[in-house]
Amino acid sequence: MYSQGLIGAKTETNEDEAFLAAFQARIDAEEKIEPNDPMPEGYRRTLIRQIGQHAHSEIVGMLPEGNWITRAPSLRRKAALLAKVQDEGGHGLYLYSAAETLGVSREQMTEELLAGKAKYSSIFNYPTLTWADIGAIGWLVDGAAIMNQIPLCRCSYGPYARAMIRVCKEESFHQRQGYEIMMTLAQGTPGQKEMAQDALNRWWWPSLMMFGPHDSDSQHGDQSMRWKIKRFTNDELRQKFVDATVPQGEYLGLTFPDPELKWNDERGAYDFGAIDWDEFWRVVKGGGPMNRERLAARRKAWDDGAWVREAALAHAEKRRARREATKLAAE
Amino acid sequence: MAKNEIPLWEVFIRPRNGLAHKHCGSVHAADEVMALQAARDVYTRRGEGVSIWVVPSAAIVASDPLQKEENFEPTASKIYRHPTFYTVPDEVGHM
Repeated sequence: MYSQGLIGAKTETNEDEAFLAAFQARIDAEEKIEPNDPMPEGYRRTLIRQIGQHAHSEIVGMLPEGNWITRAPSLRRKAALLAKVQDEGGHGLYLYSAAETLGVSREQMTEELLAGKAKYSSIFNYPTLTWADIGAIGWLVDGAAIMNQIPLCRCSYGPYARAMIRVCKEESFHQRQGYEIMMTLAQGTPGQKEMAQDALNRWWWPSLMMFGPHDSDSQHGDQSMRWKIKRFTNDELRQKFVDATVPQGEYLGLTFPDPELKWNDERGAYDFGAIDWDEFWRVVKGGGPMNRERLAARRKAWDDGAWVREAALAHAEKRRARREATKLAAE
Repeated sequence: MAKNEIPLWEVFIRPRNGLAHKHCGSVHAADEVMALQAARDVYTRRGEGVSIWVVPSAAIVASDPLQKEENFEPTASKIYRHPTFYTVPDEVGHM
């Protein structure tokens, strides 16, 4: 997800100035760029990277939640969680389709993910230890995702913007179901409330990291903003998320694991403590608690599905050949 | 298409009877049966439609974006094709 999608993107481009100026004029006029329109190579490459990594995040994001489907505490919760995980799969597919319009194949993107060359959001490299984590993910992780994704509905690239509109419509159910889980736990027995607090303690900082590095350390932000791939900086979005989320947590009677978190009247916003960027980069680079397991699960799914893909193609080919033969015989 | 790549299909959905099928996205599938099933799962999880068409993407013929101007520009100057080009006195009433 989201701002982290730009990690590893190379925005440099080498078209002549007249071409770049004409392209920038279209962007500045808020014209949408469509698949067959002329575009700078850097724009195309940045979008392939960002949309591909966004798609991978949706697909890998199915794993931590899928972990709890069989152990959901009631049929209602199980049905909702199944629907949510299915949505994440759907979001991955909308996004892969959008990336494919830029000339990259689904197979290429899958190979890059499985080879560890393409990233996905760092948040999914944390484990889901208790049922409360499903609540915290819906509330915080999907909440942070929505914050990031709403401005992407106005991204300059048409197919990405259209995919994000569908995603955003569906995502709001995710956040509400997560908050409801947290609320039920927070209003339950002391043990249940403690579970909710523990989940918030573990997911709060990783959720803030989802917005990506500080603006001052973000390598590709400026060009992406000029091309209107991004509309807000990482820090702006992170602040919006904190301001929206803290009152929701206070309503639950839970506390945030940040002693420096407090309302700043002058700024009209919450001040918050320093993010552990060493942890962020460690997780992005593969050293998070679940990196190995997530990739292993994706590789296993891909390898175990190989015979199904081959059989489906062989079956389609057999039916095509039969149809041809019948047609020839009839002529 | 490279060997073993699963074909691409464009998906069109009729939101309800009385409306035309509208393009909504694409899916990969080995054949038309699986394409319809995938389209149902990916694009109609919340009652978005009552009917789905899937069409092999390779079967679609599109106009060339580089010829956009010669294709579509001429209509911009033909304002006499629109009803508001013609004057009808108010006394005549709505027409």
